[in-house]
Amino acid sequence: MLLAEALRHSFGAVRALDDVSFGLQPGQTLAVFGPNGAGKTTLLKVLAGLIRPQRGRAQVDGGRRAIGWIGHQPQLYGQLTVRENLRFWASLYDVPESEFLLRKDSLLVRLGLQDHEHRRVSELSRGLVQRAAIARALIHDPRVLLLDEPFTGLDRMAAEELRELLSEDAAEGRASVLVTHNVDEGAELATHIAFMRAGRFAHFAPRAGRGPQQVSEDYRNAIA
Amino acid sequence: MRSPKLLRHAWTVASKDLLVEFRSRTAILSVAVFVVLVFVVFQFGHDPTAVSNVDLAPSILWVTFTFAAILAMNRAFQLELENQALDGLLLAPIERSSIYLGKLIANLVLVAGVELIGVPLLALFFNVRVLPYLGPLLALIALATIGFVAVGTLFSAMTTRTRFADLLLPVLLLPFMIPPLSWAVLATGRLLAGRPLSEIVGWLNMLAVYDIVFVTLAVFLFPATVNE
Repeated sequence: MLLAEALRHSFGAVRALDDVSFGLQPGQTLAVFGPNGAGKTTLLKVLAGLIRPQRGRAQVDGGRRAIGWIGHQPQLYGQLTVRENLRFWASLYDVPESEFLLRKDSLLVRLGLQDHEHRRVSELSRGLVQRAAIARALIHDPRVLLLDEPFTGLDRMAAEELRELLSEDAAEGRASVLVTHNVDEGAELATHIAFMRAGRFAHFAPRAGRGPQQVSEDYRNAIA
Repeated sequence: MRSPKLLRHAWTVASKDLLVEFRSRTAILSVAVFVVLVFVVFQFGHDPTAVSNVDLAPSILWVTFTFAAILAMNRAFQLELENQALDGLLLAPIERSSIYLGKLIANLVLVAGVELIGVPLLALFFNVRVLPYLGPLLALIALATIGFVAVGTLFSAMTTRTRFADLLLPVLLLPFMIPPLSWAVLATGRLLAGRPLSEIVGWLNMLAVYDIVFVTLAVFLFPATVNE
């Protein structure tokens, strides 16, 4: 479903990706942990096709249409309502009107946004904006989700709800790559764990029942 | 099959931009105020016995439209930097040219709105007769506007992620604006002076060629300008 082969990319003298390879099957979630500047966001942008790697290749079954992106920036227009934003993005993904209405209603209920559908995004709290961003990313029913620090700015309850939603999606067969610098946030969601440093995977393995504490300890050992 | 999709996506982007502008009124208000201000200043600042209104009006009209367009074009891609929406657009499975065409349509609608305010104000403040030549004048304005807005929209995409976007856009745009602007000023002068239409047909043709060349070039070059 998602394949990265020997990815390499540099920005000037800085090597952001150095020989990164992995593959994900439907329902699998890879959590990539690393300090700031490790190359995590570059990895996601390469997987999304926003950056063309200088070497190697990234392939997502279904191409760009199959990708949903959730970042710490919501990619929403503040002057538009939640509904208008969702309709705009659905139109770009050629989602038919009848499907759009079904998915929009289902997502708004699932994310607790049904009372905010006609409110402008600029009027929403940070937590509600992030929920609307999740709805935007899922409105075209992507098979692969790319998540860049998605818990940034969320309160504990909203973060827990996002974790639940991602778990449900994984159970339905969606593959995800989650990058974050905070080990406590994503470990439980992952089927696979990677630790990234200076553009390389210092560790890549199935989670194999490791809890957040164990993952945290492994992270410290691998990155230190 | 590609063209209808390209145009549909372009219209989706354009209608979104126009809705955002309609709600915020950021560009249109500042530009409209600017237009009125320029006309007022020139009206009170110039001596009609030294330079006649008919001679002065074309230059003022095009200076006003040019600056108004630059203000509007600067905003086109800055809107997409808000909440990193540009990454979302680039990730969407659409032809990147449709983003450019959408921005171009929205910019043209905005600038046309300013021009629709500007022409009657010109007649009012400078006491020039525009009604007898309204058709050719509107055609001339449309042809000149399409050309420099097409180039400006492309440069706006190139400069928007730089630190000096507001400064770079007019600097880059200037050499490309001189030909259509000079033709537009000369043709407007002839029109307002009541000269026969045959005198401006050459300039109209050159403006049409300029539009075709630069809109085509911009559509092809735009994808390269937004790649990281």
